[in-house]
Amino acid sequence: MVPLEWYIGLSAVIFVIGMVGFLIRQNIIIMLMSVELMLNSVNISLAAFSHYLQDLRGQILVMFVIAVAAAEAAIGLAILVSLFKNKAAVHTDEVAEMRG
Amino acid sequence: MLPKLFFGYFAVVMIALSILIITRKNPVHSVLLMLAMFFHIAAMYLFLNAEFLAAVQIILYAGAILVLFLFVIMMLNLKEEFVRTRYMHKWPLSAVLGASILVMIFFGVSNIAQGPAGTDSIEAIKAETQTKALGKLLFSEYLIPFEIIGIILTVALVGAFVLAKKRD
Repeated sequence: MVPLEWYIGLSAVIFVIGMVGFLIRQNIIIMLMSVELMLNSVNISLAAFSHYLQDLRGQILVMFVIAVAAAEAAIGLAILVSLFKNKAAVHTDEVAEMRG
Repeated sequence: MLPKLFFGYFAVVMIALSILIITRKNPVHSVLLMLAMFFHIAAMYLFLNAEFLAAVQIILYAGAILVLFLFVIMMLNLKEEFVRTRYMHKWPLSAVLGASILVMIFFGVSNIAQGPAGTDSIEAIKAETQTKALGKLLFSEYLIPFEIIGIILTVALVGAFVLAKKRD
């Protein structure tokens, strides 16, 4: 039997990789994918808790997270498409109008 | 021993894939590596006795969300990424920040105490079948959150349509 801590450790490592990816990349597509990575790492730890605590509520929560991730990806990509139409930009450093 | 080997393989591959995803220059490569990542996550769900989630993971993430990403990348036709010389910025600072947060999480995780076990043991789920057990819980105890998720998805659909539609 694999200990529960291993799953939480794996989940933490993937979460941190997703966070670093969000911080270092300027391409909005990759940044959105880093957010998906972070949501997936949380899903792994929720499923692991659900299995080890013998409670199905963790899996219900994973389904809600997946639904929110789908909504977030759709909205994020729609914003990206409209940004690209208006300014032909997909990098965050090309959009600096708000910086006083 | 065998479950630990299985977990070790999946952990190593998943960490390697996620590092590759955030460091590839070409977004299409990142999306295709993400596909492999999602299949590995689905296998991890199977390993955790969450068959329904494994199916949802493949159908929804690999089938819908990644196709959306690929579609947008193809539609935008990004040639500029290839001529950009610096595509990562301030990565040592971010790596140090990430490592310190990781250490913090590990300190927090190192002394967790497992709570009392619930009622959904593997035998109970096997007697009822997993999808039925999940559905019963989703449509009784979690009915209101389920309705709210439906509203969120509708709002996302309408919002994406309004944002991406042609201005006149």
